[in-house]
Amino acid sequence: MTNADTAPRSFQEIILRLQNYWARQGCAILQPYDMEVGAGTFHPATTLRSLGSRPWAAAYVQPSRRPTDGRYGENPNRLQHYYQYQVLIKPSPPQLQALYLGSLDAIGIDTGLHDIRFVEDDWESPTLGAWGLGWEVWCDGMEVSQFTYFQQVGGHDCKPVSGELTYGLERLAMYVLGVDHVMDMPFNDPDAPIPLTYGDVFRQTEQEYSRWNFDQADTEMLFQHFKDAEAECERILAAPQPDKAGRTIVMAHPAYDQAIKASHLFNLLDARGVISVTERQAYIGRVRTLAKKCADAFVTTEAGGGAAVAGA
Amino acid sequence: MPDLLIELFSEEIPARMQARAREDLKRLVTDGLVQAGLTYASAGAFSTPRRLTLTIEGLTAESRPVREERKGPRADAPAAALEGFLRSTGLTKDQLELRDDKKAQVWFAVIEKPGRSAQAIVAEVLEAAIRDFPWPKSMRWGSGSLRWVRPLHTILCQMTTEAGAEVVALDVDGIKAGNTTEGHRFMGAGRFAVHSFDDYRAKLLRAKVMLDSAEREAHILADAQNAAFAAGLEMVPDAGLLTEVAGLVEWPVVLMGRIPDAFLDLPPEVLQTSMKEHQKFFSLKNPATGRIEGFVTVANRETPDDGATILKGNLKVLSARLSDAKFFWENDIRTVDSESLGAMTAMLALVTYQNSLGSIWDRIPRLSSLSEQIVSDLGGKKEDAKEACYIMKSDLRTQTVREFPELQGVIGRYLALHEGHPAHIAEICASHYAPLGPSDAVPNEVTAIAVSLAEKLDTLTGFWVLNEKPTGSKDPYALRRSAIGAIRIIVANQVRLSLIQYIRQALTMNESARQRWAMDANPNLSATFPEPEAKDLLAFFHDRLKVHLRDEGIRHDVIDACLAPLPSAATSAAGPGNDDLTLLVKRAEALAAFLKTEDGGNLIQGFKRANNILTQAEEKDGVEYSYGADVKFAETDEERALFAALDAAEARIKPAMAAEDFGQAMAAMASLRAPIDAFFEAVQVNSDNAVVRRNRLNLLSRIRQICLSVADLTRIEG
Repeated sequence: MTNADTAPRSFQEIILRLQNYWARQGCAILQPYDMEVGAGTFHPATTLRSLGSRPWAAAYVQPSRRPTDGRYGENPNRLQHYYQYQVLIKPSPPQLQALYLGSLDAIGIDTGLHDIRFVEDDWESPTLGAWGLGWEVWCDGMEVSQFTYFQQVGGHDCKPVSGELTYGLERLAMYVLGVDHVMDMPFNDPDAPIPLTYGDVFRQTEQEYSRWNFDQADTEMLFQHFKDAEAECERILAAPQPDKAGRTIVMAHPAYDQAIKASHLFNLLDARGVISVTERQAYIGRVRTLAKKCADAFVTTEAGGGAAVAGA
Repeated sequence: MPDLLIELFSEEIPARMQARAREDLKRLVTDGLVQAGLTYASAGAFSTPRRLTLTIEGLTAESRPVREERKGPRADAPAAALEGFLRSTGLTKDQLELRDDKKAQVWFAVIEKPGRSAQAIVAEVLEAAIRDFPWPKSMRWGSGSLRWVRPLHTILCQMTTEAGAEVVALDVDGIKAGNTTEGHRFMGAGRFAVHSFDDYRAKLLRAKVMLDSAEREAHILADAQNAAFAAGLEMVPDAGLLTEVAGLVEWPVVLMGRIPDAFLDLPPEVLQTSMKEHQKFFSLKNPATGRIEGFVTVANRETPDDGATILKGNLKVLSARLSDAKFFWENDIRTVDSESLGAMTAMLALVTYQNSLGSIWDRIPRLSSLSEQIVSDLGGKKEDAKEACYIMKSDLRTQTVREFPELQGVIGRYLALHEGHPAHIAEICASHYAPLGPSDAVPNEVTAIAVSLAEKLDTLTGFWVLNEKPTGSKDPYALRRSAIGAIRIIVANQVRLSLIQYIRQALTMNESARQRWAMDANPNLSATFPEPEAKDLLAFFHDRLKVHLRDEGIRHDVIDACLAPLPSAATSAAGPGNDDLTLLVKRAEALAAFLKTEDGGNLIQGFKRANNILTQAEEKDGVEYSYGADVKFAETDEERALFAALDAAEARIKPAMAAEDFGQAMAAMASLRAPIDAFFEAVQVNSDNAVVRRNRLNLLSRIRQICLSVADLTRIEG
């Protein structure tokens, strides 16, 4: 069934259609992770769950923060806070490309009228110690998604391989809805009693966060928080002691939260311009070390397909 | 004879890998078939974004039986020898034959390998090819362990004879070979079976797939040129982009659009780069205005609206991209107006050049001082070089270059003209990086030559000071390219300079930068460097020069002969060392030409004979025969003639060398050939008369001295 003649009318309708579509394909529809992350990949439902042998299928919206991309709400395309739609299926099914194309149809992109192309794009995340091969997907020359077969995460080979789809929701929706400035995009139905645009929801926050990210964030405090997160992550992972009942619980997720925190703090410091070019690499390396240790811990747990299940 | 058709159908193969993959598939399969004893008439390989295809015609139906005989140990050899032979042949003793061989009886093994069917061989060879395919990057997918460039979906493998087509039985990690394929992802209609290559190609075409990339390229080019022509524009040729785009589509559809007026005043390089890098558009130029005014994009499908939606979408993306570019460019112009290029250059203090050598700004005084020195030695103006050095890197501060790093220099040139610098100075913003590759032009204006040389010398000496020299295949800072660039500038412009002197100067400046940066400057030490480092860098230049001249067809031993230092007595007082590359090349060319003549080849033989006799005598006698040959001790006419010839030649060679007329010097040397030959014909050097012998050895020494004053002929081979 094609959806091309029932074009969506708002940002939220596109999200809802994606949720419905991937639910119909059997994905667990998860909720956003409740922490600040730079991309949907950081959600433990992707990073950690792509590790180990257990099958997995999840889809979710993830609010993502990239402090350096803030433009005080003035740039038509750039935001410091935006939404990604993320799908992760392990093992990657053979018809994943067809499933993906089905999702474009679901949001009103008629593949009979548009030019959809898979253009080489190798993905690498130096902070997660992860890489994969795939494409950026072009619709009429515009990049609408990233399509990646994960090969390695946190320094571990992915076996089986996960297929990851990432949609940049604002850009995709602007294209589908024919809007030129993100702030003009209808957020809810334009015929609703109280119609809201993206600008009504986010213009003010973009201004406030741009000011804080670029000029006001207390860098001394941020440096301290970075150190604290790093230390806590290491401490949590160092020696999970057996409790009174003799159970040992590897705390991979709480430790990974600290790694996420460190990563976001680094992004904030970067936006404040207080990290030099040489230090940059060192900070990325420190976050990667944390992510790798969390991955090492996760693969020993039950969800990670390892032996060290709770209980000694 | 059967034909073979193979198709490996996968998800989208990166465009840049397809050409190489076609060749690799053809090579791996045909090599494998031939090694297994099959022959074939012809083979062709094709690719689209989703498939690699190989067709082989006239394949033999089975391999020839092979009979191999191996000779083993003698019948009376120790038992261990026979056991070893049995192990290596895999036979038992009763399968061996005992034969008479010369004096003894010897064991022979006869190993018969029966012929195998082509089917079996193809299956084996194709599976090996798939498993060992040399993709630059490959991946796993799903739960499997097979690697391919992207997930491999189906394998078509069949052999066709007059009797019909037959699938080759093959199973690679669960992917079974069959006789079906599919067409275009969106315009095709499901899978279909094929029975021969012609059938395959025809059915693909009906399913909207052009199999041959050359055909797709030709189609794109013709349609794009027609569309441009109809609009009064012309296509800017770009062969690399054409190949890439042809690797992104199975059914190319050319769409043409116009660049919105608001962007037409951007520098054409910005328009071209943005459209090519981000969107893989071809640029269309208006021949009347010289501006880039249109573009061609290549879609992968036909649509009911003849591409209107696709073009509209592409135009929207283009406008967004160019709005960014225009925003950057206008900001950059404003920055130049408010700050000046000089001030922007000073801001490069914030940009690291090399961790241990400080910022890019730190380089500018070094570059300026070196350029000024060189330009005044070449007869140009110091102030021109200085003006260029203090603006030429300013564009590294621009937003445009940050967005399009490949436009560094080009942007600088526009900005320099905008600020009112003369054209030859503005040009240096771009040309001081040149030449960037073997086909890139070298600067030829005197200031540009000086600045470009300074850029390369400062780069090289900086890394020499840090001891980051290229080793083996590792040359992360492209220092070999810097050296070869400097050599090309010097040789192409016949620039005369003493390279070692500038190397020393640049090493000194870089060493002092290193110390300042490391803050280990010791007040008691001046910024000096060990002289061997300067010599080492000169030797690096000489190595590169050898490569350069070898490419020009000059033998390495000829170059070695010219690189060896000349005896100082032979040159004029301020004679050139081997760091004057222009002179070196002239001498090497003259010597190479001389050696190609009959006189030249023979003279070398005469010289070597004289040198050998002399060297042996000196070793035996423990003395050096270098002086005092006197014609009055000459006994024969040939001896006297040689004395006369040497006097005459020396009288010509000295001034010729001083005048750098190497052709003359070589000609004078050539005149020695006949007298030397005649001398050796008639005269026995090692005479019983000690006085005569010593005189003759001293005469040989004169031959050596005179010949060596042109080049070190002992290094000539043959």
